[in-house]
Amino acid sequence: MHYRFDFAALEEYWPDFLSGALTTLQMTAVATVLGLVIGILCAIGRRSPRAWLSGLCGAYVEAVRNTPYLIQIFFIFFGLSSIGVRLPVLAAAILTLVINVGAYTGEIVRAGMDTIPAGQVEAAESLGLSRAQIYWDIILRPALERVYPALTSQFVLMMLASSITSQISAEELTAVANNITSITFRSFETYIVVAFLYLALAVLLKLAFWGLAQALFPRRRRLGTPL
Amino acid sequence: MSAVVSLRDVHKRFGQVEVLRGVTLDIAAGEVVAVIGRSGSGKSTALRCINRLEVIQSGTIEVCGHAVHDPALDLRVLRQDVGMVFQSYNLFPHLTVAENITLAPRRVKRTPRAEARSLAEEALARVGLSDKIDAYPEQLSGGQQQRVAIARSLAMHPKVMLFDEVTSALDPHLTGEVLKVMEGLARGGMTMIVVTHEMGFARRVADRVIFMHTGLVWETGPGQMLAAPQTPELKDFLAADL
Ligand SMILES: Nc1ncnc2c1ncn2[C@@H]1O[C@H](COP(=O)(O)OP(=O)(O)OP(=O)(O)O)[C@@H](O)[C@H]1O
Ligand SMILES: [Mg+2]
Repeated sequence: MHYRFDFAALEEYWPDFLSGALTTLQMTAVATVLGLVIGILCAIGRRSPRAWLSGLCGAYVEAVRNTPYLIQIFFIFFGLSSIGVRLPVLAAAILTLVINVGAYTGEIVRAGMDTIPAGQVEAAESLGLSRAQIYWDIILRPALERVYPALTSQFVLMMLASSITSQISAEELTAVANNITSITFRSFETYIVVAFLYLALAVLLKLAFWGLAQALFPRRRRLGTPL
Repeated sequence: MSAVVSLRDVHKRFGQVEVLRGVTLDIAAGEVVAVIGRSGSGKSTALRCINRLEVIQSGTIEVCGHAVHDPALDLRVLRQDVGMVFQSYNLFPHLTVAENITLAPRRVKRTPRAEARSLAEEALARVGLSDKIDAYPEQLSGGQQQRVAIARSLAMHPKVMLFDEVTSALDPHLTGEVLKVMEGLARGGMTMIVVTHEMGFARRVADRVIFMHTGLVWETGPGQMLAAPQTPELKDFLAADL
């Protein structure tokens, strides 16, 4: 067996690869922000004393975490279109990502919130802070700091999983690669290139999260505590 | 004599357990009251009812003119008048000393940043920790953390301060520095309710000592009462303590 690599055949598709990678990055960025918001709301909901609210959030988390992402994509994509909601493919793909990552983020954030000692909340209450202020200043910020590594690796995983949205023809990196192989028949080379592009995106993302941590968590920076 | 804190026949249950069984108590402006008693006698619970960290089942509590027992009471208004310091300091670990102290003035009273900073400087000067203003809690000793917690409370300019065994987690040397700060506050005219195991402090600094037993105010009197207990329960308690 002897295989002759021919990367030259892919040269003319560089702009396509790059635009696919850019789309993946954009999807990831939007889904990270929205997923974090959903995750935080979900964590607060699950900690609520109102049984219906914590039950609802719990059901969402368990439903998402115990079904395959591909099925969630089809469920949302075809479900929406059969009730007459027509979203652009990219928006639908991002929606599935947000719903998926929101559930995982919710669990991570909740675990972080549960580590905040009750005494700190009581101290804040006795200082006159409101429920919302306590959540923001005393619970959420240190909780996010504590679970930051778990949170960011979840977002990197999500970026990699976004590859599956090629199944509904979102024009992200994997879908672009699929198109290129069907024209060039250079599958091996194409997927090597794509693998390296995903790797580069992952490194880029980790760098961005590291930079963000430097800005968000001054105590870590000052005391040199590793994340 | 107008009472700043006044409890009338306060009952508090946790489930079936009645922890406060009719506590009646008046504390005047500027008075320093030491609350002593066995573990489980309801000292912390009584304190926590005063700033409504716990909700009572019956009776009335008036604090600085606020009806604490009234479910409609605006808690933020009450808690601006009542400071509380805990055994476990409960500083916010992700915030600097300055941020710990300025958080409540800025959030609750909308004090501008620069003004809040000078509040923090002023409060830290009172507890002798001006040089620690930009440190993080984990960089401080237990005694220093507790003094910061006191400063954090002081910065809200409370009319009454509650202390719940604030030196119990400290070794004797650090206990001394915290007690000195509290003594300074007492001499400055602050109204204080101090749950403590420090009999020396109770005797020396308190205007009045309250001995709680089984959820009741069992015996009360000036510091000298510790030298001449009237009830056998207080006698036992003091004997066990020495
Ligand atoms: N949140 C709670 N739920 C149930 N029981 C409680 C709760 N808080 C206190 N208790 C019970 O109430 C009783 C009085 O507790 P409290 O903390 O007021 O005692 P204390 O006098 O402060 O004791 P210590 O000296 O040990 O601090 C105890 O029996 C305790 O177990
Ligand atoms: Mg106690």
